[in-house]
Parts: sequence; C-alpha cells; structure tokens
Amino acid sequence: MPNPKRRHSAARRGNRRAHDAMKAHSLSECPNCHERKLPHRACPKCGYYKGREVLDVEEAS
Amino acid sequence: MRHKEAGWKLGRNTSHRRSLLRNLVTSLIVEERIETTVPKAKAMRPNVEKMITLGKRGDLSARRLAAAYLMTREAVDKLFDTIGPRFGDRNGGYVRIVRTGWNKGDGADKAFIELLGSEKVLDEKRQKRAETRAKRAAETKKAMEEAEAQAKTESGAEAGEEGEKKE
Repeated sequence: MPNPKRRHSAARRGNRRAHDAMKAHSLSECPNCHERKLPHRACPKCGYYKGREVLDVEEAS
Repeated sequence: MRHKEAGWKLGRNTSHRRSLLRNLVTSLIVEERIETTVPKAKAMRPNVEKMITLGKRGDLSARRLAAAYLMTREAVDKLFDTIGPRFGDRNGGYVRIVRTGWNKGDGADKAFIELLGSEKVLDEKRQKRAETRAKRAAETKKAMEEAEAQAKTESGAEAGEEGEKKE
C-alpha cells in the first residue's frame, strides 16, 4: 500500500489551509425595519417578508 | 451531474415518507399555514397542489381520491367546500413557502408553507392567539401578585424584602 514518505511541515499545512477561511454572509436590508437580514428569508426582527407575511415576533421584554 | 435524483427522500422509507406527506398535506389544508423544514415543505408542495386540483374538480370521483389520501374527513370537506372554489381561476402555484430561520438543536432550515389567499384566516387566528396569550399573561400576573401579597402577610419582614428585590 502507498504510504507517506515524508512528514509535512507546518508551512505546508498552513499553505494548504490558506484557502479555508470562512466568508461573512452577505446580508440585505429589511425594507420594513431597516435591520440587516439574510436575503430570501423573513426578517427575524420584524417578521416581514415582501411587504406582508407577518410572523409572530416576540416583543423584547 | 445531478441526474436521476429528482424528489426528496427525507431519510425515510417509502411508507414512512408517504405517511409523513399525507399528514403534512392534511394539516396544511386544515390549518392553512404550517411551519416545517424547507425540504419537507418542498416535498409536500406537489401533493398539496394535486389535492387542490381534485378540490377544483369537485365530483364524486375526485372526492373519493382525495379521501383516500387525506387523513381526516374534516380536511376533505374543507378542501371541497372552501379551498377548491377559492382557486377556481388559478392554474397551479397554490402555496407559498417562506424561509424563516434555523432550528436551534439540529440547525435545520425552517420555513412556513401556506395556501395563497389565506391571509384573512391566518390574521384571525393570530388575533385569537394573541388574545389567549394576553389573557394567560394577565392571569399569571394576578396569581403572582396574590401569592406575593399572601407571602408578605404570612411571614413578615423577611419575605417582604425578598419580594421587593424581585421587583
């Protein structure tokens, strides 16, 4: 069976991981409450989507 | 290439999946809106639309086909009496799926699925829910106040201090 011949150095490991970084979500603005929200989703702050679609949002207590 | 992979299996065998979808469709017809996961909502959509098409046909044969699929008599009656006529002039696209967020435990992508034109019914339902919630809140508040008053009168200064701290 094929086996590794050499141990990989830390630099090699780091180079491999150079492309593994996570990207921030792109957020859109809720047209109703102007909070930033995920696109294509009902706004978790005010419960609106496309002008209506009210979800029951608990008032902050 | 994602060929020959149409549909959703939902991690279930055939009978389990069929039961799940029948339950979901029945609930949606009775409740007008249900909250579920995005894949389940998408998987049930064709079945819902087929049922509504039966509801629009409205004859005895259609009624029997619907009764064979839906779980309750109530759902069949509602499908033929109110939902079928409502969609008389629309060809398909009877439901709306809106993504909402994620489950806390397993991170499942949640959405609600609702029948179009159910806004009025849903608003009424929401109002009723709000009313019962307000009533319950008022009751608990009253009960708490009573209990607090009782504690104060019963065990003097110490309990009184505690009650004040909580406030």
